[in-house]
Amino acid sequence: MDNKKIYAVTGLFDTPDEIIHATKKVSSAGYKQYDVNTPYPVHGMNIAMKLKHSKLGYFALAFGLSGTAIALLFMYWVTAIDYPLVIGGKPFFSLPALIPVTFELTVLLASIGTVVTMLFLFFRLPNNAHPLHDTNYMKKVSEDKYGICIEAKDKLFDAGKVRDLLISLNAKEISEVYYDEDYLKSNFKVYTPQFMGFLLIVFIVVSSAIYYYNNKMLYKPPYNWMMEQDRVNPQSKSSFFADGFGMRQPVEGTVSRGHLPYLYAGQPEEAGAKLVNPVSVTKENLALGQKKFLTFCSPCHGNFAKGDGRLNNLFPVPPSLHSDKVRTWTDGRIFHVITEGQNLMPSYATQVTPEERWAIVLYVRALQRALNAKEEDLK
Amino acid sequence: METGIARFAEGMTIFAVMCAGIFPLIHVGRPWLDAYLTPYPNQHSLWVNFTSPLLWDVFAVSTYFTVSFIFWYVGLIPDFATLRDKAVTKIKKVVYSVLSLGWRHSNRHWQHYEMVYLILAGFATPLVLSVHTIVSFDFAVSIVPGWHTTIFPPYFVAGAVFSGFAMVQNVLIVVRKIFNYEHIITLDTLEKMNKIMLLTGSLVGYAYAMEFFIAWYSGSPIELFTFVNRAFGDYAWAYWIMISCNLLLPQLFWFKKLRRTIPVMFIISIFVNVGMWFERFVIIVTSLSRDFLPSSWAYYKPTIVDFGMLIGSFGLFFTLVLLFTKFMPVVSIAEVKAVIKGAQPSHHEDK
Repeated sequence: MDNKKIYAVTGLFDTPDEIIHATKKVSSAGYKQYDVNTPYPVHGMNIAMKLKHSKLGYFALAFGLSGTAIALLFMYWVTAIDYPLVIGGKPFFSLPALIPVTFELTVLLASIGTVVTMLFLFFRLPNNAHPLHDTNYMKKVSEDKYGICIEAKDKLFDAGKVRDLLISLNAKEISEVYYDEDYLKSNFKVYTPQFMGFLLIVFIVVSSAIYYYNNKMLYKPPYNWMMEQDRVNPQSKSSFFADGFGMRQPVEGTVSRGHLPYLYAGQPEEAGAKLVNPVSVTKENLALGQKKFLTFCSPCHGNFAKGDGRLNNLFPVPPSLHSDKVRTWTDGRIFHVITEGQNLMPSYATQVTPEERWAIVLYVRALQRALNAKEEDLK
Repeated sequence: METGIARFAEGMTIFAVMCAGIFPLIHVGRPWLDAYLTPYPNQHSLWVNFTSPLLWDVFAVSTYFTVSFIFWYVGLIPDFATLRDKAVTKIKKVVYSVLSLGWRHSNRHWQHYEMVYLILAGFATPLVLSVHTIVSFDFAVSIVPGWHTTIFPPYFVAGAVFSGFAMVQNVLIVVRKIFNYEHIITLDTLEKMNKIMLLTGSLVGYAYAMEFFIAWYSGSPIELFTFVNRAFGDYAWAYWIMISCNLLLPQLFWFKKLRRTIPVMFIISIFVNVGMWFERFVIIVTSLSRDFLPSSWAYYKPTIVDFGMLIGSFGLFFTLVLLFTKFMPVVSIAEVKAVIKGAQPSHHEDK
């Protein structure tokens, strides 16, 4: 305790009337750096200390409004842009249903923001190393006395004069409060090896616990009971039903979504004569046809439909699509082959939708024209 | 002197919300996936449904808990500082120093503190209304007969105030006796609480009557059946326990003598708690036992797991209450000091 410096001179009073009177006198004597410590807020003290009205209401308003804005913008982005779901046929951004969450976030942000601002920004708490801590003065004002504390950093501060002023005000237990600069400086620091080690241990313990919980504990009984209960997986058998199938057949006459019956099953010539390509020649449709052709057709037919696909020697080679026969076929005739298959070629009806089949037909036509260009195509 | 009971009521609110918050997490069915209730960016590219009452409930309950906790803690800071300065052991001194954040009872702080306390109280009041309204939306927005009614939000708010006061009354009578707080938690305070219980109990009773009227007036045979079934069906016993505990018994508080007799109010507040438990039982069980799917019609038999959850929640609640009374000031020290006679200057020029 070599570097003892004076922090303040303090005095205690017994009644609220006395402290109000004393505060007014200290204030009018010109002191600015002083504080009044009372066990509870004393009415009229703000005026006696000439304090300005608390600005925290504005912080509450600002935090509350930002809560409103964050809630509405975020929910707009989620419900209308990133993840639109039709719920009850309402608009994607349906304001009335978003009001509860908006209200809650407004109150939440306003409360947390205001309290955090007050405690950490305004009061600079937590601070357990203030010179007033652990003094007789603090113990008294914590209970039932009213104290005034004139700090040494005030321009007018002079220990003797302050003492005289407090005596003239009938203050009791007038005493100087000292502090040790070295002690305050040596105070708790974040970047010490001990504290860093403590943080590291906390980190390791918490992350191991979370790892154990998520990856080990949940897979042990009883936590795995729900995950591992009896169930029927798709395509698996089940003794529950007489036919032994786990999955049920659809009811007779069920029509699957988007299904259109194919009218020319087994009638290639009929299909060739009557079917008309409904898909127009556009860049998009040709690109779609190319993509589907390369995915489904090119393994056997080759990238340019010459019959030189990548399965060349592993599967019988299909004839070229540039033959006179195929070139003179109508679009409908080609569509029929994709739909029903022909010779060794299976049906592609389950993999390729009708629109995509027509797009493939367009692309095949484009390939045929590219490899057998006429005079006029070159112009 | 109502400041005497505010701290305790806030504490019980927080503990009750903690118990209440556990149940939705269990009822999700896969409690290890509860994180899915929160909107966080994830691998599935999914977001929660912000238009669902169940999600509103997540936000309402968690906000209610957080704000109640902050309100409670801000109120406790000056008291922790007082306990710090009166601590006799090293451990108490350290713990209360940390909890008090180094509060110095400074009037430069009190000035902002009072403003924030006012703001938080202003937030907490609509929050109480919102949380019970939103809990009632969990039922009212569904289509199950007996739940799908517009009366639910005010009905749930009145019920919450009613059962909350009964619970606080119940515990306070014991605490007041054990700690000899008769001079702080006065008989006048308890009488005022009884008056509020009489008012809210009658409000709840009015809601029961209006539910019947609406069921009849709606002209919907299903609604009418549900309510007749409640009062005269398989669960009539539960319904009449609810009516007698919530509506009839509190009517005794019309008599000043009974209102100011400790054993009477203790017994009545226990019955009110029982009655409010049966209210939830009646609402949930009778509607679910006769919903639109006849295949789910059944008589509810609680299993040992149901009893376990009920007893567990009681255990959690009372453990927290007892820890609170053991280690924290159950009455706000600073606030009570401020309202004692002679605590304020005789000619203060405030306002």
